[in-house]
Amino acid sequence: MAAAGRSRLGAPMYSQKELTSKKRDEFEDILEERRQSSDLRYAMKCYTPVIYKGLSACKPSAIKNSVLQSEQVQYVIKQLSKEMGESTDIIQEEAIEILDEMGHNLHIGAIRFFAFSLSKIFKRIFQRVCVNEEGIQKLQQAIQEHPVVLLPSHRSYIDFLMLSYLLYTHDLALPVIAAGMDFLGMKIVGELLRRSGAFFMRRTFGGNRLYWAVFAEYVKTMLRNGYAPIEFFLEGTRSRTAKTLTPKFGLLSIVMEPFFKREVFDTYLVPISISYERILEESLYAYELLGVPKPKESTSGLLKARKILSDNFGSIHVYFGQPVSLRTLASGRINRCPYNLVPRHLPQRLSEEIQEFVTDVAYKMELLQIENMVLSPWVLIASVLLQNLPAIDFELLVEKTLWLKGLTQAFGGFLEWPDNLCANKAVTSSLALHSNIVSLVNGQVVLNDVGMEDGATEELVFKQALSILMCGAYRNQLLNVFVRPSLVAVALQMTQSFRKEEIYSCFNFLRDIFSDEFIFFPGIALKDFEEGCFLLTKCDVIQVTPQEILVTERGNSVAVFLAALFRPFMEGYQIISRYLSKETKEAFTEKQFILGIRNFAFQLLEIGMFALCVGAVIPCVCNSLMSN
Amino acid sequence: FFFPLVKKNSLEPNPPLFTLILMEKLDSLNIVSLKIAFFRNITTTLSEEFLYIVSIYKAEFRQEILKWNGWGYNDSKFIFNKKGQAEFTGKRYRLSGMVLPVLKEWMEKSLGASLEHKITSRAFLNTSDVPPSIVNEEFLQDLRATKISYSQEAEDRVFRAHGHCLHEIFVLREGMFKRIPDIVVWPGCHDDVVKIVELACKHNLCIIPFGGGTSVSSALECPADERRTIVSLDTSQMNRILWIDEKNLTAHIEAGIIGQDLERQLGESGYCTGHEPDSMEFSSLGGWVATRASGMKKNIYGNIEDLVVHIKMVTPRGVIEKSCQVPRMSTGPDIHHFIMGSEGTLGVVTEVTIKIRPIPEYQKYGSVVFPNFDRGVACLREIAKQRCAPASIRLVDNAQFQFGHALKPQVASIFTSFLDGLKKFYITKFKGFDPNELCVATLLFEGDREKVLQHEKQVYDIAAKFGGLAAGEDNGQRGYMLTFVIAYLRDLGLDYYVIGESFETSVPWDRVIDLCRNVKERIVRECKEKGVQFAPFSTCRVTQTYDAGACVYFYFAFNYRGISDPIHVYEQIETAAREEILANGGSLSHHHGVGKLRKQWMKESISDVGLGMLKSVKEYVDPNNIFGNRNLL
Repeated sequence: MAAAGRSRLGAPMYSQKELTSKKRDEFEDILEERRQSSDLRYAMKCYTPVIYKGLSACKPSAIKNSVLQSEQVQYVIKQLSKEMGESTDIIQEEAIEILDEMGHNLHIGAIRFFAFSLSKIFKRIFQRVCVNEEGIQKLQQAIQEHPVVLLPSHRSYIDFLMLSYLLYTHDLALPVIAAGMDFLGMKIVGELLRRSGAFFMRRTFGGNRLYWAVFAEYVKTMLRNGYAPIEFFLEGTRSRTAKTLTPKFGLLSIVMEPFFKREVFDTYLVPISISYERILEESLYAYELLGVPKPKESTSGLLKARKILSDNFGSIHVYFGQPVSLRTLASGRINRCPYNLVPRHLPQRLSEEIQEFVTDVAYKMELLQIENMVLSPWVLIASVLLQNLPAIDFELLVEKTLWLKGLTQAFGGFLEWPDNLCANKAVTSSLALHSNIVSLVNGQVVLNDVGMEDGATEELVFKQALSILMCGAYRNQLLNVFVRPSLVAVALQMTQSFRKEEIYSCFNFLRDIFSDEFIFFPGIALKDFEEGCFLLTKCDVIQVTPQEILVTERGNSVAVFLAALFRPFMEGYQIISRYLSKETKEAFTEKQFILGIRNFAFQLLEIGMFALCVGAVIPCVCNSLMSN
Repeated sequence: FFFPLVKKNSLEPNPPLFTLILMEKLDSLNIVSLKIAFFRNITTTLSEEFLYIVSIYKAEFRQEILKWNGWGYNDSKFIFNKKGQAEFTGKRYRLSGMVLPVLKEWMEKSLGASLEHKITSRAFLNTSDVPPSIVNEEFLQDLRATKISYSQEAEDRVFRAHGHCLHEIFVLREGMFKRIPDIVVWPGCHDDVVKIVELACKHNLCIIPFGGGTSVSSALECPADERRTIVSLDTSQMNRILWIDEKNLTAHIEAGIIGQDLERQLGESGYCTGHEPDSMEFSSLGGWVATRASGMKKNIYGNIEDLVVHIKMVTPRGVIEKSCQVPRMSTGPDIHHFIMGSEGTLGVVTEVTIKIRPIPEYQKYGSVVFPNFDRGVACLREIAKQRCAPASIRLVDNAQFQFGHALKPQVASIFTSFLDGLKKFYITKFKGFDPNELCVATLLFEGDREKVLQHEKQVYDIAAKFGGLAAGEDNGQRGYMLTFVIAYLRDLGLDYYVIGESFETSVPWDRVIDLCRNVKERIVRECKEKGVQFAPFSTCRVTQTYDAGACVYFYFAFNYRGISDPIHVYEQIETAAREEILANGGSLSHHHGVGKLRKQWMKESISDVGLGMLKSVKEYVDPNNIFGNRNLL
């Protein structure tokens, strides 16, 4: 892959985070106040958010109108009419339809409705919703100065509801949110979301120039006017595995364009990390990963899902990152000429330089999300558990969890250990929260797949896989922090060598392979390697000399643990490559491929190979497809 | 008895003030000889000694009435009088002698300046600081033989060592230039220039042409590492109108003439060039050619490139000129375009044939208030589109509008103040304009009376479509007067820790608003980052309209109290502002030129090949870099 060799212009945008444990903002629980005062009064409170200083106030319908009249859209309409021989009126009609389908209809009434009902729901299912107040204050400042783009991580449908809820609570301007079309299928709810600021985009519209033009202009118009913060998910979709997905660049390049063309002075990008102690959709995701198709979003489905209302989903941490100035990121990197020589309303292919820049920004934002993602004790427990199947002694689990806590902190993980609780209690309460996955039986912690001993192998494997997958989704949260040192550990194991050069080339190979699996800033393999080595050295796992890397005696167990952490992925990729080299002969569709690979994996399981791999297979498949 | 003589032949120079000074200074001399001294063709018959005295006084003439360490005339400046009120001294301008009651408050409010914190310039040039004049004796002998007057006096050399960039004025006030001209020469005609250039080639000297000295691009600054003798070639004595051709409406003029003298003298014959750059009181015809100048009334008369019919320039290779005086020719690339904008790097422009027009019968100022800047720009765009722009049309932003009010003189009667109040009430309350948003366009119409009135109506009708309200002649006239006095204001600011500068660009219509906003914002942001403790004054106006775009002019000032190296900070901010202009699709310069100040962006602006082209021209015309001011390339 070319990533490693790419040389990037200008100052490196991504320098590794400061590895000394930096001071993090304090969190505050916003539900606390909700539990003490009237939700109704809260929903009806006087809501006067601070606004962008250059705001030209207008109604949602006025925005649609100005999009339709914009030179950009008109240009494409004329082009299309010329090419297809249709009258501009018909295409204009089409554009209006697209806009109507897409447009939000932000309305305070809907907001108040949500404010009220979400208060009720959140209080019921969450113990705490914690927000860093400092981040909120910085955001408030940013909103006044320049157009703001909110870039939250995406783990759950709750994400955007939660964000809007928080912003309402803090009297901040409510964002308009790019949402998938699928929500529109839901009666009433779709309309309700629309009124609360969601606008809808088709999942794919690459070929449709009119759609692209209308959509891009719609987003840019709102951004330029400073109408509202624009919110979308860099990952494009909810990450079913809790690993941060590689970023999508389309929307990001749209919101960056007004700055490139200097239609705005600057744009703030705000990375937001939303971490769930327990993800609402956890079992849904696991089913999906195993091939049970994602249920279509429907209102009745939502009503059925209300049984979760009686469940406990622990705490949520929302971390508003420091707003990042796009202008600062771009300084010295963008050649201004291309934008000066073509009228700004003409659709222009992004230059390679710009594409590279957009890519870098996307990765930087995701890395910032990862950096501020809060890890709960359960993440540690799940990681330990998965390496000690089928059961582990409770005391041992506590001990290992504590050990992992130390390691995580050394690696710069953002751990939230509740109120300095003693380890015993922390583990117990985590186990209780996730009792659907694990149980404590006779002092042993086991996954909930007991009682399924008989039945077809396939079914058994399926059930087992379900728990493992759910567990895996939590372990995966740790991987983002551990990936660099771990890949060094894996490389050490694979090469069985001391020579730094050899280990680095192996690391580089792994990093390339997994570049769709984990988030690496493009083009800085050596830095990543050095960071990994540095962290391992810091924890006394290895000793680095100019030529060699040696694993210390004490460090061996850590190295083994780190390598094991990534074993599922290694094996997943191995299976796929074995399958590809052995079983396939002709061209196949993605669906066939996935089915084929699943059967292949089951066969392997039956012969007793690759005991742990299942958890990783399916998500790996898609990624490996992309990288091949 | 002296005046009539000069008047009789209107083609002769006619500087009455100069004459008075001469008469004062040369009291003891025979007045008849003096008369004769004026007619250069017979001066050779006079004694050497006498000629020397005359030439010294002639040369010093301008210097004597101009400030040595600031802008403009000695007698005209802003001061705070005993009552603490601002006042503009002198008698030359409409504002002269008037008290400006709100200026002080504006300075305090907008710039954080305070009368208690004053920092004054040294009063006199300390000649002992001045770098010594190093001229080799052989050259001096050759020079004396030509009978061209010259000076090695410190004052003369320092006066020609700079233009009017902020850092140059700052140096004058409290420092000294590293390098200044070693000798100043005053050629009296084209042939004198040929002789000087020949001598310079012979002795390998560096020539820096000097016209009005109003450069704002560091073009006049001597390269600090220039080892050769630097000769400042002052064109001020080449200031005659050589002929007027009424059939073709052209005039042939020596390039050293100063703008206001040119217009006045042409005026005596009923003509004008119509070329009125803001610096026209002090800048010279040759300077306009060398920098591609633009005049306020270019909508009627055109910019310098439209006005010029013929140019004569002396280069180290020889004299360059066309063989005829025609309106247009197709003879390869126009050689005038190598000369215009060459900024003194190729040679000295000595004579120019320029178009003239009969003086317009009627002039009328006007102004329009717009609810906001965007509407104003849209209106100017429409006017440009319909090609019905008046002689001048300018749109100032809100900050500059308010600044204009700070320069309002004391109101003469209660009635006027009542009227003012009524107008304000009408615009802000009745029409609902936000006083912090509204902006104003100033207009100047010219032509015969009927057409002007017709034209005026057309423009006001368009303005009305963009929400513009006619706001009277007075506001318009004050707007134009401001451009002449604002340069004086910088000197006042400098006394109170406020430094400022103007810069300009040209930009396509669709980017005007974005560019204005972004550049102003960038300035504010850079000031903050560089530790400037008070919000800067950052304002712009759209000052020229074209078919395809506009010229935008920025003023920028800040209070530097608490900053140890204000000039450095200032330059960083100016550089950032220029970067911002370029990133917004603006040009490196519309009319100020490049000089040394903006050289770093030349390659980017005109491409490698373009720069190479210019370099090869320089290489051919001046292989030994005699014209070594190092501008442009």
